This record gives sequence, structure tokens and C-alpha cells, in this order.
Amino acid sequence: MKKIALSLSVVVLAGSLQSAPAADVAGKVTVKGTPPPEKVIAYDDTCSKLHPTVPKTRHWVVGRDNGLANVFVYISKGLEGKTFTPATTVVEFDQAGCNFNPYVFGVMVGQPVRIRNSDPIMHNIHGLPKADGNSEFNFAEPSQGDINDTKWVESIKKPEVMVKLKCDVHQWMFAYAGVQAHPYFAVTDADGKYKIANVPAGKYTLTAYHLKAHGAKPGETREITVGDSPVTVDFTVQVPAPQ
Amino acid sequence: MVGYWSCRLLNVSLIQARSVWLKRHAVLTAGATFILVCVGGLVTSHGAGMSVPDWPYSCGYNMFFFPVSKWVGGVFFEHTHRLAASLVGFLTAVLALWLFGWKSRVLLRWIGGVFMAAGAALAVLHPAHFAECALLIGIGAAGFAAGFYWPKCEPSPKWLRVLGLAAFAAVVAQGVLGGLRVTEMKDELGIFHAALAQLFFLLVCSIAMFQTDFWRSLPVAAETDRHHIRLWFTAATGLVLAQLIVGATMRHQHAGLAIPDFPAAYGRAWPDTSPDAIARYNENRLEVLAYNPITAAQVDLQMAHRILAMLVFAAVAFCAVRARRFLGAGHGLTRVSRAWFGLVAAQVLLGAATIWTGKSADVATAHVACGALCLAAGGLGSLTAFRLLGKPAAQARLAESMGPLQRDGQTA
Repeated sequence: MKKIALSLSVVVLAGSLQSAPAADVAGKVTVKGTPPPEKVIAYDDTCSKLHPTVPKTRHWVVGRDNGLANVFVYISKGLEGKTFTPATTVVEFDQAGCNFNPYVFGVMVGQPVRIRNSDPIMHNIHGLPKADGNSEFNFAEPSQGDINDTKWVESIKKPEVMVKLKCDVHQWMFAYAGVQAHPYFAVTDADGKYKIANVPAGKYTLTAYHLKAHGAKPGETREITVGDSPVTVDFTVQVPAPQ
Repeated sequence: MVGYWSCRLLNVSLIQARSVWLKRHAVLTAGATFILVCVGGLVTSHGAGMSVPDWPYSCGYNMFFFPVSKWVGGVFFEHTHRLAASLVGFLTAVLALWLFGWKSRVLLRWIGGVFMAAGAALAVLHPAHFAECALLIGIGAAGFAAGFYWPKCEPSPKWLRVLGLAAFAAVVAQGVLGGLRVTEMKDELGIFHAALAQLFFLLVCSIAMFQTDFWRSLPVAAETDRHHIRLWFTAATGLVLAQLIVGATMRHQHAGLAIPDFPAAYGRAWPDTSPDAIARYNENRLEVLAYNPITAAQVDLQMAHRILAMLVFAAVAFCAVRARRFLGAGHGLTRVSRAWFGLVAAQVLLGAATIWTGKSADVATAHVACGALCLAAGGLGSLTAFRLLGKPAAQARLAESMGPLQRDGQTA
């Protein structure tokens, strides 16, 4: 009897370790107010041939039902003291049509970022982090197909919201990366939707940050509790009042 | 001190023309430097300072063999700036050597020999660096050959040779500063680079002026400076230089227009620089180019630039009025001060236009170029004032103490 009870205990314990409670955190970020219209970028002749549509800035990309794209949503508190193995999935960062894609992306510290030049002309990639421990970098990719897999990981070693990247050859090219020490972050899609998968159970602060809406401020926050069922958290971002 | 330097300037008036070609070369060097300042201005105006990430190579190529097909976007401005700088460096080296007259012949042969030896050694040790080997050997051969055909003119007075060496040292320092700005990714070095560029331009303009018949025909200390014309010219030139340094600091923030309107500042006489206001400015600014966010310090810097502009305008106007009143409308210095005032007035308009056009690269660069001309006009005008005006008693005492050879302007 004692042996059966002991065996059952071991089985229950093994089961609980294998399926620690976790759930997805998802939602939508919507914009309140009327964003200013995007500005047309005056491409030079070479880049005009590479970009089929009229290029515009991407400060306020609003999709269906006022969904706001390019919002970096991440867990800002609640994971202190925990360490995470950097993801091995390669984040693709491309220069195509004389623009950076994606405009906003999320990446873990130590996660590889592949910086590619898909254009038949020269670009340079100039990273401008501000956090202590992160180093500025600048290198050229003169030819189509040039790839660099190492410069990002060598330079960005600390979390930072947001690291700016720009091209000094074509000054209208700039993008941003949200860097975190954990994998619980996402960037809203064209319709403002996001999903952070498999967040361990616990209490957290969830932050939504938009470059133009929040600037130097930390962003909108919500206190959330994650159990074993999905959590929905929506944010509303207010368009700043015009001067 | 003022009397001492006045007598140094006295010596210049007694120098016979060494060579009309030396004068032409000095003027050419000054003109090339002005073009270089304009090209450098275009680099910053287009935000292209870091578009070629390495130095002294250009994207791994020897800069003189960088393929033209890769001169795209900002690379076009940065790379032509490097080539123009190399040309100005060469012209300045020739100028410095020419001022040494026949003494440069031996020096050129030695330098040429060293370069050729270095090129040969590099070819043996690192044959892959063929382009560098060829350049070193080519430069060395040209220098060595020049040593046999170099003008046999008498060297210029020592102080003029020193100015030539100072110009050469400054252009080398400029090259290194520009290169380090790129390799170290330091905006602060860009500010020094911009400021030194303006001072270098003034220096080569001065050397060029000292070679001209205009300078030699000026009477020395013909009038007494009872109304402190020299002091006012110098002080106004100092203000122009300070303004150029503030302008360089602003431009190398790479933040675009910290204040987007003029003459108001965010719709007010004095802008709000509280944290909330700065956040609002950044939130409402839809930048098309990769500008840094605006900070309160940048707004304060632009206000300082505007105030200093008013002071410069007033100071130069005062110089023009004072010259006209005490020297007469037809006096050379009065004409110089009128031209200077015209340049400063144009500079104020260009500054306003830079803001009204949303910092158009061409207008901003014209503003930089006009600033260089303002400094040159003030500097050359001040030198002219020190030559024309003086205290005759003190001049005579110092000339007596310097001896006959130096009075005649011959080398000792």
C-alpha cells in the first residue's frame, strides 16, 4: 500500500513538473483620436526604381477597427530573478526597397538577428543603443545578398526599449528593436493584435509602448494575473494633442 | 603684444613677390578649401557622416579606388568629401613646401625616397595590398622628381613658413579628426572637425592674402587707431567664431530642427523647455529622416544661436558704422566692413531660410558656407586693420629694435 501511494505521488509530481501552468496573453491595441497623416518620403532616383509604391513614414500605422500596428508589448515586471535561455530562432531584418523591414521588432538578448541587404545598392546599418552595456555599431552591406549574423549579438547585450537602427546612406531608413532578457513580448500586427505565448502563471506588469505616443515615457501598463487559461489584455493609445 | 605682431605684419609689406605662381597657388588652396567646407557641410546636412563606416579605407577599398557605382545616397557626399580633403591636403603640403623655397628641394628628395622605400617594403611584406603599394611608390616617385624641379626661390620669412607648417599640421589634424569621428562613432569629434575647418579656412585665406599685391601695397601703420577700430574688428570676429562653434554643435546633434519656427520659438518669444513640453514636441514631430529626439539642451542651444546672431549682426554693423564715421566712406577698411556686414546680413537670412525650409540640405549648407565667408571677412579685415592702423611711436621703437634685415623683410 505504501509502495502504491509512493508511486502515485511520484507520478503526480512528475505530471505537475511537466505541465506547470502557463497561458497565452493576447489582445489588441487600438488608437484613440485621429493620427496625423504619414509623410511622403522623397526617394532618390535609384531607390524610386526599387520601391513600386509611394513610400511613406510609418509613425502611425492604423488597421481595421482602429488597430494600431508596431506597438511593442512586453512583460516589464514580475520576472525578476529568473533567467532565460536566448531563443535560437533567427530574427530576419532586411533592407528591401530602400527601407528597413520590419519597422519594429522584438528580440531576446543573445538571440541571433540576421541583417540582410536585399537591394542591389549599398546600405549601412547603424545601431544606436542607449543602455549601458550595449555598444553602438555601424557597418556597410555594399552588395545585394550581403548578410551579417554576428554584429547584433556582439553589440546588444542588455535589454533596451527601443534600440534605433538607421542607414546613413539613405537617411529616411530607420527602424526600432525592443530587446528583452525573456521571451515574453510581441509586436502588434497591422490590425493592432498581439499574442505572447506560454506565459508562466504569476502576477506581472504588462507594458505597451508606441514610439510616437509614448516617446520618453515608459508606455501604458496593466497589472495582470496569468493562470492556466488565456488572458486578454487590450490597450488604448491616445494620439497626442496637436501643438 | 599688439605692437610686436604689428611689426611682424610690417615685415610682410617689404617682401618682394617671390613668385606670382606661389600667390596663385595660395589663392587656389584657399578656394579649394572653401569648396571643401561646402562639401563637408553637405555631408552633415544630408546626415551622411557615417555612411562610409571605415577609414582610411572606404568600405574596404582604398579610397582612391572606391568604385563609382557604389557612390550612392549619402556615400556620394561622404566619399567626395574625403577625396576633396585629400586634394586640399596635397595643395596645402605644396604651399607649405613652396614657402620654404629652395630648401624644400632636398626635403622632397628625402620624403620621396622614404615613400618609395615604404611602398617597396609593403609590396614585399603584404603583396595583397597592391593599391597601397602603387600609391606609395607613385607619390614617392613624384615627390623625388619634384625635388629636382622645385622652384629655387628664396624661402619666405620665418613667420610665414611657420604659418605654412601650421596649415599643414591643421589639415593633417583635420583628416585624422574626420577619420576618428567615423571609426570611434563620436559626434563630439564632428564638432571639433567642423570648428577646425573654419579656422583652417581663415588660415589659408590669410596666407593667400599675404602673397597678394593688395597686401604689399597697403601703407603700414599710416594712421593712429584712436577709435579702437582694430579692437572692434577683432572682437566681432571672435563673436563670429563663437557663433560658428555653436552652429557646429547644433548641427552635430543630428536632431533636425530643435525649434521648427522663426522668429517665434514654438509660437512664443521664449520656448517652454519643461519635460512635458519637450515630450510634446517629440510626439508631434513626424520626422521623415532618422533624427534624434529633441532635448531641452538642444532647444536652449538654438536660442543661444539666435541671440548670438543678433549680437554678431550688431557688432559687425557697429564696425561698419565706426569705420565709416572715423575713417571715411572711401577708406579701404570701411569698404571691407561694408562687405562684411553684407555677408552677415545674408547669413541671418540664410539662417531664417534654413528653418523656414524645414532644414533643406542645400539651404543649410549655404548657411555653413556663408558662415565661413563671414569668419574669413572678419579675420582678414582685422589683419588689415592691424596693418593700416597703429601707434606710430611704438611701431618705430619696435622696428628699430628688430634691425635692418628684418625691416627689409629678408630672411635672417
